[in-house]
Amino acid sequence: MDVAIVGVGLHPFGRFGEVTGIDMGAVAIRRALADAGIEWRDIQFAFAGSYEIDNPDAVVALMGLTGIPFTNVYNGCATAGSVLALAADTIRLGKHDLGIAVGMDKHLPGAFSSDPRLYACPSWYGELGQFLTPKFFGMKINKYMHDHGVSSATLAKVVAKNLRNGALNPNAFRRKPLSEEAILGSRMLNYPLTQYMFCSPDEGAAAVILCRADQAHRYTDKPIYLRASEVRTRRLGAFEVHSPWLPIEETAGPTVDASRAAFEAAGIGPEDVDVIQLQDTDAGAEVIHLAENGFCADGDQEALVADGELEIDGRLPVNTDGGLLANGEPIGASGLRQVHEVVLQLRGEAGDRQVPGEPKVGYTQLYGAPGVAGVSILSR
Amino acid sequence: MKRVPVADDILTWETGDPQLIGSRCKQCAIVTFPAQESCPRCASTEMAQHLLPRRGRLWAWTTQEFPPPPPYAGPTGDAFVPFGVGYVELGDEVRVEARLTQTEGLEIGMDMELEVVPFRTDDDGNEVVTFAFRPL
Repeated sequence: MDVAIVGVGLHPFGRFGEVTGIDMGAVAIRRALADAGIEWRDIQFAFAGSYEIDNPDAVVALMGLTGIPFTNVYNGCATAGSVLALAADTIRLGKHDLGIAVGMDKHLPGAFSSDPRLYACPSWYGELGQFLTPKFFGMKINKYMHDHGVSSATLAKVVAKNLRNGALNPNAFRRKPLSEEAILGSRMLNYPLTQYMFCSPDEGAAAVILCRADQAHRYTDKPIYLRASEVRTRRLGAFEVHSPWLPIEETAGPTVDASRAAFEAAGIGPEDVDVIQLQDTDAGAEVIHLAENGFCADGDQEALVADGELEIDGRLPVNTDGGLLANGEPIGASGLRQVHEVVLQLRGEAGDRQVPGEPKVGYTQLYGAPGVAGVSILSR
Repeated sequence: MKRVPVADDILTWETGDPQLIGSRCKQCAIVTFPAQESCPRCASTEMAQHLLPRRGRLWAWTTQEFPPPPPYAGPTGDAFVPFGVGYVELGDEVRVEARLTQTEGLEIGMDMELEVVPFRTDDDGNEVVTFAFRPL
């Protein structure tokens, strides 16, 4: 059973004072329902993702208590990718015909922190200040730059691009472009990453309505088909966040595994993709993920970025809505924001940031603690 | 003032050269740090204590230039001093993530040696010490 996306909705990303995560989730759901031209009572099942909200299914109090199976999901930074995959699989299995995947979150500013023991790490690891994601991202890109000849100027160019794209996106958190000099000159946080090279945890919600592909034309004349939705976790030997130690043996990370599985399921390759959304927790993550997802060889990013190939009108448009760097990261919603953007791009409805040439295939990737990745492939 | 380690079971430090206390799987020989009760490769529960080499090479590094949020328990505010963090490859056994004694002049591949360094003063006035690697 093939799966189609027939409606998408977004509550803008940013900071919204007293507005609750549930409120934002309801806004995203209403917009997705309107986009699909259906009512909440038509929805047969739901999955919801959140980190901060224990029971995002409480959104039914605002939408209608219809008694549907509604499952809450938290799966690290791949929460929204997991929500999408579970919703799609429910249709693929033939259990239901029409459902919704929604994500919502409302984080405090600043790096995420937690009790390391909840991640099977010793408590001294946190006490010493090592149980921290930005430090991992600094180490990973610093090593990558050493091994593959990528420069700090490239990191700054990636941030400048994503902020320029964010300026074209009315739903983005950060809409003010910054010069490469300002990005490189901002406070060093974790060498080589400066303050403006990191995204921020923030607030927002996104929703996607999925149905059996053979019923999609009931709801839209522009269905977008979900060709693959894969989630993978780290294997022993991957260089992963929150690792007090690593074995000598080295293995590819979960992004590589999820990407390969998704391309295999979709029956296409990276060369067939026209628009790409990658997890840019920091500028280095976008650079590394470009290679981990098969879009270039290690080290090619230096020339690709310098030549403008990752721009909206480039050969490999990446993070056309500004990515995490411009939108921030409400964990439960982030991956569905990526899907929202790809759906608009494939429908030709992305406005000022529309990728030219009528893109046919889109790609999204999430990655984060504790070593989990989610990839989806969509096409017209 | 008494000196106490940040954790009791991760390093030998009171006499002689300090060493990190890891574990080694009796089935597949993987080395972990800190010691674990089960093997992350083969799921065996037969793990033996294993002292790690004191010297190794820097495999990856960054700097921590802002005070981490809790559960970090070290100095904050004006008392915070940026520190290096990296993975040091100890022989062909294991890569250990550790504090580095400096933030400047770090290079991947450089030779490093384990030492015990002051970390913070606890509520009882004891000096809490931890492990760190210094370039040779």
